[in-house]
Amino acid sequence: MITVKDLHKYFGKNEVLKGINAHVNESEVVCVIGPSGSGKSTFLRCLNLLEEVTSGEIEIDGDVLTDPKVDINAVRSQVGMVFQHFNLFPHMSVLDNITLAPIKVKGLSKEEAEEAARPLLDKVGLSDKADAYPESLSGGQKQRVAIARSLAMDPKVMLFDEPTSALDPELVGDVLQVMKDLAKEGMTMVVVTHEMGFAKEVGDRVLFMDEGIIMEEGSPTQIFDMPQHERTQSFLSKIL
Amino acid sequence: MIEAIQESHYYNSLPFLLKGLRWTAFITFAGLFIGFILGAIFGLGRLSKSKIISTLSTVYVEVVRGTPMLAQILFIYAGLTKGIIGFNIDAVTASITAIAINAGAYIAEIVRGAVYSIEKGQHEAGRAMGLTQRQTMRYIIWPQAFKRMIPPLGNQFVISLKDTSLLSVIAIPEIVYQGKQYYNITYSPFQTLVMVCLLYLVITIPTSLYLRRLERKLDV
Ligand SMILES: Nc1ncnc2c1ncn2[C@@H]1O[C@H](COP(=O)(O)OP(=O)(O)O)[C@@H](O)[C@H]1O
Ligand SMILES: [Mg+2]
Repeated sequence: MITVKDLHKYFGKNEVLKGINAHVNESEVVCVIGPSGSGKSTFLRCLNLLEEVTSGEIEIDGDVLTDPKVDINAVRSQVGMVFQHFNLFPHMSVLDNITLAPIKVKGLSKEEAEEAARPLLDKVGLSDKADAYPESLSGGQKQRVAIARSLAMDPKVMLFDEPTSALDPELVGDVLQVMKDLAKEGMTMVVVTHEMGFAKEVGDRVLFMDEGIIMEEGSPTQIFDMPQHERTQSFLSKIL
Repeated sequence: MIEAIQESHYYNSLPFLLKGLRWTAFITFAGLFIGFILGAIFGLGRLSKSKIISTLSTVYVEVVRGTPMLAQILFIYAGLTKGIIGFNIDAVTASITAIAINAGAYIAEIVRGAVYSIEKGQHEAGRAMGLTQRQTMRYIIWPQAFKRMIPPLGNQFVISLKDTSLLSVIAIPEIVYQGKQYYNITYSPFQTLVMVCLLYLVITIPTSLYLRRLERKLDV
């Protein structure tokens, strides 16, 4: 589903990604862990071209994103992204947040888009919040709306960048539950997270990133219980 | 008592000043309308990734902000038209142009600041969903930014309104010009100028009070 070959990313002279190679199969859930500043977000953002790639190749479901002729907006509309800080549109109701892209990008009518949005709100457990505005929601609710908003575009892949790290601990569970449900339905997911419980339970594979490369990868058990690399060990000992 | 008032210059200057008010209002509104369009273009221009566009926009803003309004008015009325183009545009057109160009530069800063103040994540969320740059601007950034622009735009309205008084130098019969004409004939500068100031205050004070309330309500 996703193939990344020798991905490099510079910010000015600062090389942040130093040759990433990765592969994500259809319906696979890949968790990315690693210390702050190691390039996890940058890697994820390259996968929907929110960052301009310096060199290397990214292919998602047959589309070569790094081809200069690629229709960026078409690619992005098939790759959902959930951000750490939700990034809901504060001037729109929950329903409008969800229907904006289907209407403007996919060309659905308002009625069609709203009809499609209802089951998504159900799925994230917020059917009663359709007309609410983001400011009246808790962090966990906001993140679940953000997930529904991404799903409304019917993406082939969902990217999550630390989706629970801005949440109060008691709100994390609901968001993770929604993500688990998605994984069960067969969604292909790349998740930057430090929720080891989540990674162990639903992750098919874990990538450990450090200093712009993937230092180590393997099944959750391999990475969490028998990390090989010394950097992985010291990182895990700090966060566990 | 009433007769005394009716015979005073306070009372008698009023019809002249009110005639001036019509010009003041007309030029302020026409100038600000065009100024807002200029401000939106150059404000967004300053944020443009294109080096040429952002530099041009910055030059415009800095030139206008760094020169006196009076010089700008004379430049547009006399310097440009008589000096360069060779013919005379009428004083009203020159006035509206001067207010528009002047306010446009300040509004450009307002627009730039408001758009810049919208969190980067808003833009990213829009682009990540597949919206184009233009759609993201139109449906996500601009509505939020516009709300933040309202109080400073109101403030600019007050400033431009007062700036129109400078147009008296090119004989636009706005409030100050009318007042001057009146007191030159009647030798009543004190009474007339009290009325001139009151006339401005009747507009500016309620506007400011309303803006302050609006600012609280919008919470910006
Ligand atoms: N827009 C940017 N401009 C310049 N440097 C950036 C930018 N975004 C990230 N960086 C740098 O890239 C490095 C990796 O950042 P990031 O991908 O956010 O790491 P992580 O998500 O693993 O914490 C950091 O050193 C950060 O300072
Ligand atoms: Mg990050």
